[in-house]
Amino acid sequence: MNEKRTPKLLVTENKFCPGCGHGIINRILAEVLEEAGLDDMAIGSLAVGCACLMIDTFGVDWVQAPHGRAAALACGVKRVRPENFVFTYQGDGDALGIGFSETMYAALRNENITAIVVNNGIFGMTGGQMAPTTLPGQRTTTCPAGRDADLTGQPLNIINQMKHLPIGYLARGSVGSFREINKLKEYIRAAVRNQMDGCGYALVEVLSPCPTNWKMPLKAALQRLDTQVKSFFPTGEFIKEGEQIHG
Amino acid sequence: MPYKLMKGNHALAEAAIRSGLALFGGYPITPQSEILEYLSDHLPAAGGVFVQAESELAGINMVYGAAAAGFRAMTSSSGPGFSLLQEGISYIASAELPAVIVDVQRYGSGLGDIFQAQGDYWMATRGGGHGDYRTIVFAPASVQESVDMMPLAFDKAEQYRNPCLILSDASIAQMMEPVLLPEKIACNPDHDWAVRGKRGQAFKRVTSTMYYIADFDAYIKKKYDTIQENEQRWEAVQVEDADVVLVAYGISSRICKEAVALARAKGFRLGLLRPITLWPFPEKGFAAVNPDVSAYLSVELCALPKLADDVRLATGMNVPVSHFLGGAHTPSSRAVVEAAAALLNQ
Repeated sequence: MNEKRTPKLLVTENKFCPGCGHGIINRILAEVLEEAGLDDMAIGSLAVGCACLMIDTFGVDWVQAPHGRAAALACGVKRVRPENFVFTYQGDGDALGIGFSETMYAALRNENITAIVVNNGIFGMTGGQMAPTTLPGQRTTTCPAGRDADLTGQPLNIINQMKHLPIGYLARGSVGSFREINKLKEYIRAAVRNQMDGCGYALVEVLSPCPTNWKMPLKAALQRLDTQVKSFFPTGEFIKEGEQIHG
Repeated sequence: MPYKLMKGNHALAEAAIRSGLALFGGYPITPQSEILEYLSDHLPAAGGVFVQAESELAGINMVYGAAAAGFRAMTSSSGPGFSLLQEGISYIASAELPAVIVDVQRYGSGLGDIFQAQGDYWMATRGGGHGDYRTIVFAPASVQESVDMMPLAFDKAEQYRNPCLILSDASIAQMMEPVLLPEKIACNPDHDWAVRGKRGQAFKRVTSTMYYIADFDAYIKKKYDTIQENEQRWEAVQVEDADVVLVAYGISSRICKEAVALARAKGFRLGLLRPITLWPFPEKGFAAVNPDVSAYLSVELCALPKLADDVRLATGMNVPVSHFLGGAHTPSSRAVVEAAAALLNQ
């Protein structure tokens, strides 16, 4: 018999656009928190962007930071409530653009928090402007002729920024295929466990489609994600249990 | 209880620890860096958390996080750094959380300079950041008052669930005076509004409360009206018979106190109204002033008048309000008396 099981943390339907990857990532995070028994002890730090729509649909305690500042806020929470599971959930514009400093310094201090950074290569909520992660040549509303990396710089690869730091866990996953989704769940599980074991900073970057602002049907968006985007931003684990993974 | 001779910044930091400070997140800037230095050493020893943040932006958001978790949290800065704190202060006010922010004022706009000034008056009293909020602003005029205002600021921040400012300046912060310190208190962080993981309860959302409060306009107006009605604090010095009343806060009020004594010795009936809270501005304090007063003189350590506007609003502009400014040059009490006497002769 088939049974439809939805994690209790997903208290109502999400508010994301059809085809958005956030729905899958939300579900994975909810499943992992429930299986770890952390749904009652989790405190999330959101900021601004599509991710903040979770505040009404994902049933953990939340605090909403100013744009980009979720990591600093999460440090404040975790330092005074170390017994709680404290995480950030942000998009790439939020965590890696305006909030790059806060994100990096949380890692540099090896704060014992877990960061989920959803990389869809675009500013979603404001209507599809160029993000720090927009690929060279990709068209957005602020680079309508395609991103000129000679003019705007190369996309920010947060894994490369962090992979030599003495932090607990670092991985990049994707929702581009079933295989990637299954691996992503392992990464998020490891990032959650990392904090509860007191091993310091953990970050999982998640490649995710934005069919609305990529102006693509979902099937084409997923194909782009699993080919072009993934070849620029390779998936995998980069730091595990504080050890760099080579290869 | 024995008096201790302490520098303003150190005394203020020690008073914060004794008021139950659980987390400080801040960034160095002269003339407030001794607050960080003191807390980096003494706060962890007292069981609290000290974080030297990568910027004022990060510092105020660490404060936001700890405050959301129910703990007493604070940051401090000066001029340029105080500008950077405004974003976070607006969010903390919007989320209706308690926090204490110290601005040790320094001179000038932009980088300015590190000596005493009172130029942040508007930013402190008008909200400073974006949108509809105010902060309760305490203005100490001595090291002892810096100490006494710290537990008061935390209490009022929690009572109204709103950030409170302590608006000091370089001279109060750098001078040494004897102080009596309060006893250390313990605080319970488990307020019903604090995030601590839902622990079997409904999940909490700490964000702008406007999303979840019906008729928010009326609600928030009433909150700030209540503060305005109940929290005005001031000191009046011989205003009942004064022909000219000085209005000054913080370090400039001490010059003015001396000016009052100097003038009175010569038979010139000068008075002083010293706002202790800058917001709410102590409008009620003006009721005790001689109804036949000839003029008010706002004495401010800045290049452009700011406090003078609040004096005009508080007095309904029925009496002339002038200003006497000292930005880069600190005025002497004698010069203040002369400026006040000139108003009398007009």
